[in-house]
Amino acid sequence: MKFGVIVFPGSNCDHDAYHVISKHVGQPVNFIWHRETDLGDYDAVIIPGGFSYGDYLRAGALARFSPVMSAVKEFAARGGFVLGICNGFQILCESGLLPGALIRNRELHFICKHVYVRVESADTPFTNELERGRALHLPIAHAEGNYVCDDETLRELQGEDRIVFRYCDERGELSEEANSNGSRDYIAGICNRERNVLGLMPHPERACEDLLGSSDGRDIFRSLASTLAAV
Amino acid sequence: MKAKVYVTLKQGVLDPQGKAIQHSVGLLGYDGIADVRQGKYFEIALDGALDEAGARATAERMAREVLSNPVIEDYRVEITEA
Repeated sequence: MKFGVIVFPGSNCDHDAYHVISKHVGQPVNFIWHRETDLGDYDAVIIPGGFSYGDYLRAGALARFSPVMSAVKEFAARGGFVLGICNGFQILCESGLLPGALIRNRELHFICKHVYVRVESADTPFTNELERGRALHLPIAHAEGNYVCDDETLRELQGEDRIVFRYCDERGELSEEANSNGSRDYIAGICNRERNVLGLMPHPERACEDLLGSSDGRDIFRSLASTLAAV
Repeated sequence: MKAKVYVTLKQGVLDPQGKAIQHSVGLLGYDGIADVRQGKYFEIALDGALDEAGARATAERMAREVLSNPVIEDYRVEITEA
């Protein structure tokens, strides 16, 4: 299996993602520059966190027009696995690969802390080694993570089991207090209808070693690896 | 010619920045402020190759495809002489 990590001008979690795939998943991984137009032999690509194009206009808005995103759309359409983390989630929403949008946090501040997110669906290639209901301890670091969508989209996400992570407290209970950015329906991560594209605001790649405060993020990458091993 | 594009959050989409500004002007003693919504404003200079209808069509398309996110924002385009 072969992983790729996309690099935009302003990406800053690309090396973290690369490190996790090479060290903890133990699989080949390459950086993919944003000018690339072909994702031919990759099995999974990660769109990492950061501030692509300086977050100018809107977070993720300009990255959407880069050559590599056309390739990512084709890649996703033919069933390739796409994981968008933080800015990567914003880019996936701006690109239309995932519904909704991420707007300014409810309290306006950039929030940088460890939070808990509850696994709401284990029925995705990214969460199949996790138990539904488990609270993962993962860091968030964003100013625009407040998920919004219209009522119809929300009903679709709920009805199709596409809300993959929700903000919760350490006991796994949903609460407005735990939902620090103000996201609709506590949403921290969603997948597309075909379930091969996942976007989430928390950073699992920064939570793969106990030294960093949590290793809960590893199971997301391991799920993906075991999915790929079974393909 | 110039295209002026105003991008604003849709009604119903929470605007925390607008709320913070409203709160602050309230503290400064401004009375009678019912609501503040923050948006974006773009000035696009056109090079003269397009007539007014063409300029409007181009600016509308830019506003729809790039300058706004239709999930959360509306836009309005004005074409002016200078």
